[in-house]
Amino acid sequence: MQTQSSAMPEHEVHDTAQTQALGFWLYLMSDLVMFSGLFATYVVMAHNYAGGPTGKELFNLTDALLETMLLLFSSVAFGLGMVGMHKGDKRMLLAGLAAALLLGLGFVGMEAAEFSHMISQGAGPQRSGFLSAFFTLVGTHGLHVSFGILWMVVMMAQIATKGLTAPVQARLVRLGMFWHFLDIVWICLFSIVYLMGVL
Amino acid sequence: MSQTHQNNAGAGSGSIKSYATGFILSLVLTAIPFFLVMNGTLSHSGTVFCIFATAVLQIFVQLHYFLHLDTSSAMYWNLMSLLFTFFIIFLFVGGSIWIMHSMHYRM
Repeated sequence: MQTQSSAMPEHEVHDTAQTQALGFWLYLMSDLVMFSGLFATYVVMAHNYAGGPTGKELFNLTDALLETMLLLFSSVAFGLGMVGMHKGDKRMLLAGLAAALLLGLGFVGMEAAEFSHMISQGAGPQRSGFLSAFFTLVGTHGLHVSFGILWMVVMMAQIATKGLTAPVQARLVRLGMFWHFLDIVWICLFSIVYLMGVL
Repeated sequence: MSQTHQNNAGAGSGSIKSYATGFILSLVLTAIPFFLVMNGTLSHSGTVFCIFATAVLQIFVQLHYFLHLDTSSAMYWNLMSLLFTFFIIFLFVGGSIWIMHSMHYRM
């Protein structure tokens, strides 16, 4: 099933890719610990409004639902692209990547619009402890998504120039882990920040 | 060796079927809490319980169907590090809530 053109024997390539994937997984776990620190801060600060606007006044659930859908569709599109990669179907891979990229861009765009709208209303990060924690937590996730988009652009360029070599495939596997991981962090975000905030 | 080859630690090759299953389950598990909060059909505590229950379920659905995490030997260390991370998160978040809650109570 593999089209490995490198000089290394196949099992060695496979072992390297597996070790790299586990190493990347450990990075994701440390990222998760960092997110849990931000979540802990948010939960502690969630009612420190300092006389400012509350989550109930600020959050728009329809937008949050739309953002959730964009990220979920993006995650699935990437997964289908990976199915294409394992079949050696370059067009399916590129189509999945492009769809994941555009949906991710839509997500980041919606979040940027939400942030700028809040700041223009005087509900910026300096307004209250609640808003500081909100912008840090949601902004950190948004920054991760932005880096994922950048990574996708780089990988599409690598597929175009290098082709589907073993290292490129291993990088795509790790990018997939990153992308699905960000969708999982978003589940916690929309549940704790948006749904609990409006309740 | 093509069949055993797909255990790529972290994100092996899923099938279209596994992504479709994960997708549909995720859609349902997202729709339930949003519907409950937007309509306010349940009591406050009932809604909170449903939000957390569906979130935890969806996390496991995505870990299994998108990240292909299972109890196979290829995923042993991924699973162990994840469980350890859950423990750290429990200490972090649970400890923070506990301490700050009793501080609010005493002040």
